[in-house]
Amino acid sequence: MSHFSTAAFGGILIGMSAVLLFATLGRIAGISGIFGRLIAGSEPGDRAWRVAFVAGLILAPLIATAIGGSNGIGRPDTGLLQLGLAGLLVGLGTRIGGGCTSGHGVCGVARMSGRSIAATLVFMVFGIVTVFAVRHFGRGG
Amino acid sequence: MRSALALLSGLLFGLGLIAGGMTQPAVVLGFLDVAGIWNPQLLFVMAGAVATTAIGYRLLRRWHQPLLEKTFHVPPARPIDLRLLGGAAVFGIGWGLAGYCPGPALVSIAGLWPPTWLFVATMMLGWWLGARLFAPRQ
Repeated sequence: MSHFSTAAFGGILIGMSAVLLFATLGRIAGISGIFGRLIAGSEPGDRAWRVAFVAGLILAPLIATAIGGSNGIGRPDTGLLQLGLAGLLVGLGTRIGGGCTSGHGVCGVARMSGRSIAATLVFMVFGIVTVFAVRHFGRGG
Repeated sequence: MRSALALLSGLLFGLGLIAGGMTQPAVVLGFLDVAGIWNPQLLFVMAGAVATTAIGYRLLRRWHQPLLEKTFHVPPARPIDLRLLGGAAVFGIGWGLAGYCPGPALVSIAGLWPPTWLFVATMMLGWWLGARLFAPRQ
């Protein structure tokens, strides 16, 4: 398989996960919502499935290593200050905007939510502009 | 049973992110770098994920309730507002600075790179701050 067909296969796995979670628990597979509400904002009886989903994410590289011999994780090539700031912005932004690449970008777009389509366009444009500023205005990174 | 299915769903999601190359910040930043050597790989991930999810959601439309719950938890349709767009913009800047969005960052914890752990820690701080500073919507 070329890496583009592997990528499309990866996308299909993500889709199957989203459909499985919706068919069984009736939940949207939005990572920032599932984990973010675990940190602040979930009811006591509503935590176990969130913990289990996040555990699945964290354990996935072990399965990937068992199947394919590699965990598929790349090293971040960004300074610590920039990474720390990025994490803070990703946490804040997804909390304020109610979703990230998975909740808005995959699930929201799949159910044709106008809000999610708008949010996806905005975070894509701001991501592109940020990479342009970092890489092509010579601020380093 | 609910937790077992959520664990399976998380595993599938994580494997999909890995196969898609989203756990490699260089691939993600290459996709966002439209003015450089553009890497369209993420487009294939998004297309596969959105198409599969759209078909699945459509098939489930006839269901009155999910298998293990009483109701589907779907966000209510609301108008597009500044809070949504502002949050998405802040998220986009963070995404472009690191090449991580929340899912791939969590999957990458097992890569044992301490810089990734720093990102995850400040992301969790961001969620906590966001919940404190911006009152939850009713």
